Amino acid sequence: MKSHVLTGEHFINGDEACAEGAIAAGCKFFGGYPITPATEVAEQISIRLPQVGGTFIQMEDEIAAMTSILGAAWTGVKSMTATSGPGFSLMMETVGLAVVTETPCVVVNVQRAGPSTGLPTQGAQADMMQARWGSHGDYEIIALAPSSPQEMFDLTITAFNLSETYRTPVFIMSDEIVGHMSEKVIIPEARKIKTVSRPRPTGRKDRFLPYKPGPNGVAPMPAIGDGYNVHVTGLTHDEKGYPVMSVETQKEMMARLLGKIRNNLDDIILTEEHRLEDADIVVVSYGVSARTAYTAVEEARQMGIKMGLLRLITVWPFPEEKIRSLAKRVKGFITVEINMGQICREVQRFAGLTPTYLAGHPGGAIIPPEDVLKIAKEALA
Amino acid sequence: MKYWRVPLDTGEIQVTRGRVHIIEERCKGCGYCIEYCPREVLQFSRKFNKKGYHPPEVKEEECLNCHYCELLCPEFAIFSIAAEKAES
Amino acid sequence: MKNSSTTATPHPLEDLVRMDRIPHIWCSGCGTGSVFTSCLTAIKQSGIPYNQFAMVSGIGCSGRGAGYINIDSFHTTHGRAIPFATGIKMARPDLKVIVFSGDGDLCAIGGNHLIHAARRNMDIIVICVNNLTYGMTGGQVAATTPFKAKSSTTTLGNPDTPFNLPLLAYAAGATYVARWTMLHARDLTDAVQTAIARKGFSFIEVLSPCPVNFGRRNREKSLDTLRKYHENTIVKNGAHPSELDVDFNKGVILGTFVNVDRPTCDEVYRKMYWPAEEPKEQRKTG
Ligand code: SF4
Ligand code: SF4
Ligand code: SF4
Repeated sequence: MKSHVLTGEHFINGDEACAEGAIAAGCKFFGGYPITPATEVAEQISIRLPQVGGTFIQMEDEIAAMTSILGAAWTGVKSMTATSGPGFSLMMETVGLAVVTETPCVVVNVQRAGPSTGLPTQGAQADMMQARWGSHGDYEIIALAPSSPQEMFDLTITAFNLSETYRTPVFIMSDEIVGHMSEKVIIPEARKIKTVSRPRPTGRKDRFLPYKPGPNGVAPMPAIGDGYNVHVTGLTHDEKGYPVMSVETQKEMMARLLGKIRNNLDDIILTEEHRLEDADIVVVSYGVSARTAYTAVEEARQMGIKMGLLRLITVWPFPEEKIRSLAKRVKGFITVEINMGQICREVQRFAGLTPTYLAGHPGGAIIPPEDVLKIAKEALA
Repeated sequence: MKYWRVPLDTGEIQVTRGRVHIIEERCKGCGYCIEYCPREVLQFSRKFNKKGYHPPEVKEEECLNCHYCELLCPEFAIFSIAAEKAES
Repeated sequence: MKNSSTTATPHPLEDLVRMDRIPHIWCSGCGTGSVFTSCLTAIKQSGIPYNQFAMVSGIGCSGRGAGYINIDSFHTTHGRAIPFATGIKMARPDLKVIVFSGDGDLCAIGGNHLIHAARRNMDIIVICVNNLTYGMTGGQVAATTPFKAKSSTTTLGNPDTPFNLPLLAYAAGATYVARWTMLHARDLTDAVQTAIARKGFSFIEVLSPCPVNFGRRNREKSLDTLRKYHENTIVKNGAHPSELDVDFNKGVILGTFVNVDRPTCDEVYRKMYWPAEEPKEQRKTG
């Protein structure tokens, strides 16, 4: 069988790489709505999906786009949408539905500066807390932050794999700069790409409990037509999927929803460490900002400052243990991010008495390495 | 009069006779079946079900097995089944 | 045997109902259960295996429908049943996808999705239970509440003009448009059966009483509403959708107003976009 993975070296932008990652991951449905700077994801995948027997549909708004991918997911296919801040806001209610119905799907947010319409063509990383808490109610979510077009490809596959493993929406928190940046992207051979598909139930159809978790805390997921006659609701529900309006059921359901993420942190949390072994100052960064943070580390080292980088590939769930253990031996943290201190607060929560600084920016530009160096010098002075 | 319209399948149903089945505990006493049975087969009974409603009961009239009560009942509480052809 | 007491024979629809969830939440005298029964009867009579169907509901009293049917069923967010159904349909065009929801859900908060699904001729069946109000939240004014009718948020009467829903669906491009009341249970069942058998976007409006939250404020018991459905309606198949305002003083027109063929969204997409020879790795996903 002919592979539809475009194995080889390409010079493409992050948005296009994301679309290719989705194809390589086995995505078969994309519900979209145009928005700068995420439109190219939809454009590219609209061409690619029909070539692999998949379906692209441009919906009437982002709410519909997000909802359509949940419907598609329940037919047994991998599904996805892509947007930016304003659309991300509109999708939030449906994200909650995806969480509570344990529907796997991938949502790409190519972030731009806000609030509101903000700077549509200029990057930011200011939706990070919205990614964590944007839908109402308590929940856990997975969010990955690619730093390059190559990672837009790689992490899109990771996002699908995590969403299929944990039956949860996974966010790819990119930004305008990475989305529009063109770089070399290496697409491996199809057989070398690891893809995961949700386990489907087997066994008696009449006794099946669609929300009874398996060993990793996740239940196998039937598709429409498999004959399991599942009921899927946004109401608080029991293991059968039936609404039960009771405190106990709410507790049980929440324990399951939170537990399947919290009990699998080692599998979900991906970080990259650079020169951390002897670092006095740890730069915590992610996405495009990790690129300038990396430069800052190199320059600091030349100046004799012992700086290291902790790059968050998984931003949510947050690698709190990592921060806690670093806090015991380093002199300070500098969080580098294009916002006014969203992940910085998170670092602060786990840094204890270790001072935490922000190298931030309100949006529209990257954080220059000089800003990071200046803060480092003051911190160590 | 209750003959507000002739059922589309009049031809068929006049030859059959039905037996109405009532699942009393499900009834919420809306009275739709009683009011709109084309034969006025039903009436409210005097008894109460557990929910506190009076379920319908069958009067002397013969059920046509038209299934209209079955379609109209919001509670899946009443239906008709063709009676065994004893007399014909 | 006369004066039969309770029966041990199961109701004929029990294989299609989640009996472990009955009694349902609908009030005594609510018409939603009647509409639901007609819908289930049509599904049963279609003879199509139940696993070829999916039901999607939004939020509201009739939005609970999906919770009672014993097939794959989805109770989604407020207003979003149609885009959810769209996702199902486009990913699995062989399925019969039925949206069962209310007027507030489908035509107010979800109005945008309704018109776009109609425009695309999305091959789904939309059963819109129109009770003229927001029942579940206690009877607030809706986009379908008659002019001057009372509601909990228009205590002196509704100052706004309601939607003529068949006209809206027709104007947006629906290829099958019908209106019945829950009392016209046979016609309604036939309409749902017709919609199941055909391809394209089918919109069936069903007038249905909400005695508890609309009737109470407008001096109407459920049997009074049914009397209006009986006496103040006119069956006029093929009537122009512009004549279809819901005004019981003038008489409300019922019937099938639109039934035309037009290629459906999934058909056109696959024809235009999929390579002539369908790739092997597609399908069998479902
Ligand atoms: S089946 Fe028809 S005739 Fe018989 S009780 Fe029901 S409505 Fe009346
Ligand atoms: S229609 Fe059903 S719920 Fe209403 S009175 Fe008759 S049996 Fe009872
Ligand atoms: S509130 Fe109205 S629409 Fe809702 S269940 Fe009760 S009668 Fe029916």
